[in-house]
Amino acid sequence: MDNNFAKTCPALKIENLTKVYKSGIRAIDNISFEVAQGSFFALLGQNGAGKSTTIGIITSLVNKTSGKVSVFGYDLDQHRTKIKQMIGVVPQEFNFGTFEKTGDIVRNQAGFFGLPPRVAEAKAKETLQRLKLWYRAEHVSRSLSGGMKRRLMLAKSLVNSPKLLILDEPSAGADVEIRYQIWELLGELSASGTTIILTTHYLEEVEKLCDHVAIINAGKIVENTSLQNLLSRLNEQTFLLTIEPSDVLPTVDSDKYTVQRLNEQTLEINISDIGLLGGALQELGQKGYKIKNITNKTNRVEQLYLSITRS
Amino acid sequence: MGFFRQCIASYTLMLKECHRIVRIWSQSLIPPAITTSMYFIVFGNLLGDKIQLGNDVSYIQFMTPGLIMLSIISNSYVNVCSSFFSAKFQKSIEELMVASINNVAIIIGYVGGGLFRGLATGTVVCIIGMLFTEITIHSWAMVFAFAILTSIVFSLAGFTNAIFAKKFDDIAIVPTFVLTPLIYLGGVFHSVSSLPQHWQSLSMANPIYYVVNGLRYGFLGISEVNILASFAALVVCVMLLMGVNIYLLRKGVGIRS
Ligand SMILES: Nc1ncnc2c1ncn2[C@@H]1O[C@H](COP(=O)(O)OP(=O)(O)OP(=O)(O)O)[C@@H](O)[C@H]1O
Ligand SMILES: [Mg+2]
Repeated sequence: MDNNFAKTCPALKIENLTKVYKSGIRAIDNISFEVAQGSFFALLGQNGAGKSTTIGIITSLVNKTSGKVSVFGYDLDQHRTKIKQMIGVVPQEFNFGTFEKTGDIVRNQAGFFGLPPRVAEAKAKETLQRLKLWYRAEHVSRSLSGGMKRRLMLAKSLVNSPKLLILDEPSAGADVEIRYQIWELLGELSASGTTIILTTHYLEEVEKLCDHVAIINAGKIVENTSLQNLLSRLNEQTFLLTIEPSDVLPTVDSDKYTVQRLNEQTLEINISDIGLLGGALQELGQKGYKIKNITNKTNRVEQLYLSITRS
Repeated sequence: MGFFRQCIASYTLMLKECHRIVRIWSQSLIPPAITTSMYFIVFGNLLGDKIQLGNDVSYIQFMTPGLIMLSIISNSYVNVCSSFFSAKFQKSIEELMVASINNVAIIIGYVGGGLFRGLATGTVVCIIGMLFTEITIHSWAMVFAFAILTSIVFSLAGFTNAIFAKKFDDIAIVPTFVLTPLIYLGGVFHSVSSLPQHWQSLSMANPIYYVVNGLRYGFLGISEVNILASFAALVVCVMLLMGVNIYLLRKGVGIRS
């Protein structure tokens, strides 16, 4: 492959991909999208939208019905083994032997990529340490907690030092602390040049990590844009204001924002443009409201996501 | 991924399979020991003297290679079949599907496990046999050739069974309804030439008859069939089943929806 092309070609290119399962369900319907090298790409959608099916096809777990998939310029039908070497995947469901030891699972996974025993051993240790699971290496996987099992899945996906990492809900079931650790790890991997595709139902995760978002709905791509672009479209925001209680306060009437009193100490303000917030707060102050604190009420991406998938 | 890397991947899988067999030794290695001890006690010791074969081989000596073969066949088959099916069932098959190990290396890895269990249980049976009778070896080469090839053939057949199996029942059907009758009618316990003519012709259609005789030839130097033809048939079976399994894996039958 031409050297320049290898540097600039997309990490993943999907063209007119369709999957119809034997049951007749059309899980994905003629979708096309690209993931640029180095991108942190979120693939979002409701339950049953077709995310896992798409990932399954890219990672050789599901047969496609029609369409084309290329990874770093290599066609999946012609270069399957080469492509597998470049991809790491965390499928949605746990897929390790329940009676095997944690360490053995990761070591064997490295072996299945052709890493010689010593190298596989070292790689297993390195990844398990990175995921704070090394101390459990000698324990059977069945005895791990849900969050630990997730981390084991992540460890397995990293043994071949993938250039493209595909994560199907990697942080499901992880506690807050672990989730932050996973985010940190993914951030590091992304910073070191790994292209990452992530599906998740935690939109906070998307806002924190991703730079590009595609939304799939009933097997079709309904949105595909940068996170920045997506957010800039969302100007309307809701804030919660904590105020000092006082008995009578004048009602506020404006065409730029609405204010609703939720309880003695809380106001909800809905504002059509973030740029108007300062003025609104000033007006409230003039009318005698003493504002102690202000917080953003909703996750903005969540709101936008719902408006896209519902329409 | 080059040839050397594929060998490592296959070796990894093989080792994993062997570990599994050792880990479940009480299910994998002990039952054949107990069953064959019973055969030796009942048929060898208690009834054996009453059975005349018409040559200078005692009944228990005649039966031993058959019992070894019985054990090799059923254990090779069941091991690969249940291990591959559990991998499908637990989804750990995905570990292989997403990795760069190729289909041939996957099959060889599983067959390696079947071979290990088949030969291990065959050896256990042979050792138990030695407690009951004197075991002579006519040709080591024939013993190994038939033991190994038969184990490979039935491991491959178990693999095919597991590919098509959708539920646990499906991995028990062939061993129960096909293998067991064929093994028992395949001359493990009797000399087919002593049967009436129509039973003899029927036995000729039983593939297990040929491998039992092959191993018996290795031990005792006697056979009712053409050894070279049996050997050639085994080699053809290995190639045929290998081809079928590669084809099924490539198509993703039973593993990729
Ligand atoms: N193996 C299968 N056989 C038949 N239908 C399937 C199979 N896997 C998925 N489907 C169907 O395909 C559609 C898409 O499923 P998929 O798992 O891709 O959704 P998803 O976007 O990953 O959902 P979730 O967020 O719940 O994980 C669903 O209608 C599902 O029932
Ligand atoms: Mg899914």
